[in-house]
Amino acid sequence: MLEIRDLRSGYGLIEVLQGISLRVETGEIATLIGANGAGKTTLLMTLSGQPRARNGSIVFDGKDITHTPMHNLVRLGIAHVPEGRHIFPRMTVLENLQLGAFACDPKNFADDLDFALTLFPQLESRMAQRGGTLSGGEQQMLAIGRGLMSRPRLLLLDEPSLGLAPLIVRQVFDTIRLINRERKTTILLVEQNAFQALKLSDKAYVMVNGAITLSGTGAELLGNSEVQAAYMEGGLAQTVPA
Amino acid sequence: MEFLSRACAGGAGIDYFLQQLVNGVTLGAIYGLIAIGYTMVYGIIGMINFAHGDIYMIGAFISLVGFLLMSALGITSVPIAIAGVLLFAMIFTAVYGWTVERVAYRPLRGAPRLAPLISAIGVSIVLQNYVQLAQGARVKPLQPMVQGGFTFSPGGEFHVTISILQIMIVLLTLSLMAGFTYLIQKTPLGRAQRATEQDRTMAALLGVDVDRTISATFVIGASLAAVAGLMVTLYYGVIDFYLGFVAGIKAFTAAVLGGIGSLPGAMLGGLLIGLIEAFWSGYCSIAYKDVAVFGVLVLVLIFRPTGLLGRPEVEKV
Repeated sequence: MLEIRDLRSGYGLIEVLQGISLRVETGEIATLIGANGAGKTTLLMTLSGQPRARNGSIVFDGKDITHTPMHNLVRLGIAHVPEGRHIFPRMTVLENLQLGAFACDPKNFADDLDFALTLFPQLESRMAQRGGTLSGGEQQMLAIGRGLMSRPRLLLLDEPSLGLAPLIVRQVFDTIRLINRERKTTILLVEQNAFQALKLSDKAYVMVNGAITLSGTGAELLGNSEVQAAYMEGGLAQTVPA
Repeated sequence: MEFLSRACAGGAGIDYFLQQLVNGVTLGAIYGLIAIGYTMVYGIIGMINFAHGDIYMIGAFISLVGFLLMSALGITSVPIAIAGVLLFAMIFTAVYGWTVERVAYRPLRGAPRLAPLISAIGVSIVLQNYVQLAQGARVKPLQPMVQGGFTFSPGGEFHVTISILQIMIVLLTLSLMAGFTYLIQKTPLGRAQRATEQDRTMAALLGVDVDRTISATFVIGASLAAVAGLMVTLYYGVIDFYLGFVAGIKAFTAAVLGGIGSLPGAMLGGLLIGLIEAFWSGYCSIAYKDVAVFGVLVLVLIFRPTGLLGRPEVEKV
C-alpha cells in the first residue's frame, strides 16, 4: 500500500533522512522505532509533504504522492495524527471532529462520529468543551478520533503514547489494534514505547540517525537482543546498533 | 487648565447627548466594518494589513462609479440603485483584496514578519497614488440620495435628528455582522479559517487548503470594507484618494482597542471609537478628536495591551 524508496529530506543544511526505504502492506500495522532525534517524525512529516522530499519517491496505492500538496493527501485516504496531538485549542471537541471530516462527504459525518465515540466514549460528555482544556489523554483520544473522521485507508500515528499515564497508554494501544481489525485500516506507527508497539505490529523497522538499520516482524524484533538492549526497559546498557 | 475648560465647555442637556450618541453609533458602525478586516487578517497570518484602509477607499470609489453606472443605466429607484451598487462594490473591492494578497503578501509567506508589513505599506502607497492618478486629487462629490429622517425632542431644547441614512447604516452593519459571525462560527469555511489561524500545519493535514483560506479571508475583509466605503460615500457625500489613511488608522485602533484577533472585539472597538470621536467632538473640541481617539489607543496599550476582548498570548495547550 505504501512504498518509500531512498527517501531523503531535512531542514536547511541538515539532512535528517539519509535514504529511507520501507514498505507497508495493506491491512498491516507497521512500526518504526528509534531513539529521540533518529528522524522518525521527520519521516512521517516528509510523507505529508513538509519538509519536502529531496530525493526518492513515495508511492501510495500505485500513485506517486512524493509531491502531492499536504491538503490533498487526506482526500487520497491518508490521515496523519502528528506528534504532540495538535488539537485546535480554541475550538470545541465537536468542531475538532468536524474538521477531521473537512474533506469528506458530509452525509457520512453522523456514522463516523458514532464510530469515534464508541472508540472513545469519554469524549461524548466533552463535546462542547474547548480542545485546549482537555487532559493530555483526552487530547490524544480526540486527535486519533479526528484522524479517523476522514475514513482513512492509511493512518499515520506519531507517538500516540507520549506523555500519557500507563493506564491510558494501554487503552490507546488497544484502540489502535481495534481500528486495524474492525476497519481494516493500515497503520504506520511511530513509537518510543518499543515494547508495546512491537507487540501489536506485523512489521517493524528500527531507525538510527536517519537510516533504517534493522527490520523484521514485530515478534522478531521483540526477540532481538540488540533491540531489547537499546529500546526496552531493563535491557543491558549497550551501544546503539549502528 | 484654561485650555481644557475652553476646549471642553460644550453644550449640555439630554437632546444634545442623544444627538451625539446617534452620530457616534453611525460612525462606530463604519469603523467596526473596517476593523473586522484588520483583525481577521491579523488572526490568520499575524500581520497588520496597512493597505486595508486603502481598500476601503477603493470601495468608496467603486461605489461612486457604481452610482454613475446606475444613473447611466437609467435606474432611478434609490433602493434598487443602492442594492446594486452594494453588490457591485463588494465584488470589485473583493477582487482588489484578493489581488493584493496574491501579489504582495503570499510571495512573502515564511519571510521575516517585517517583510510583509513593509510590503503592506508599499501597497497602501501604490493604491493611493493609483487612485490619485486615475481619479484626480480633488474631492469627488455625490448628491445626497437618501433624505429624510425622524426628529424628536425629549428634553425640549432642540430637535434630535435620526436620518433614514443613519438607520440604514446601522441596520446594514448589524445584519452584516450577524451574517459574518454565523459564517465564522457555523460554516465549514469559518471552521477552516479558525483552524488555519490556530494551527496551520494541522489544518492542512486535515485537508484545508491554507492558501485558499487565507485568500478567502482577504476577500471577506475587503467586501466588508467596501460596504463601509459605500456608506461613507452616502453619509458624507464627498470622497478623496486620501480617505483611507485616517479611517484606516482609526479602524486599526478600534481593532487594537477591542483586542486584535478578536472579531467581537473589532465590532465593540469600532463602536467605542465612533462614540469617543462623536462625544469628544460634541463636548470638547472637534479639532482634537483624533487626539482623543489615539490617546485612548495609548492608554489601552499601556494598561491592557491585549485589548478589551483579546486573549492573553500565553495559553495552556
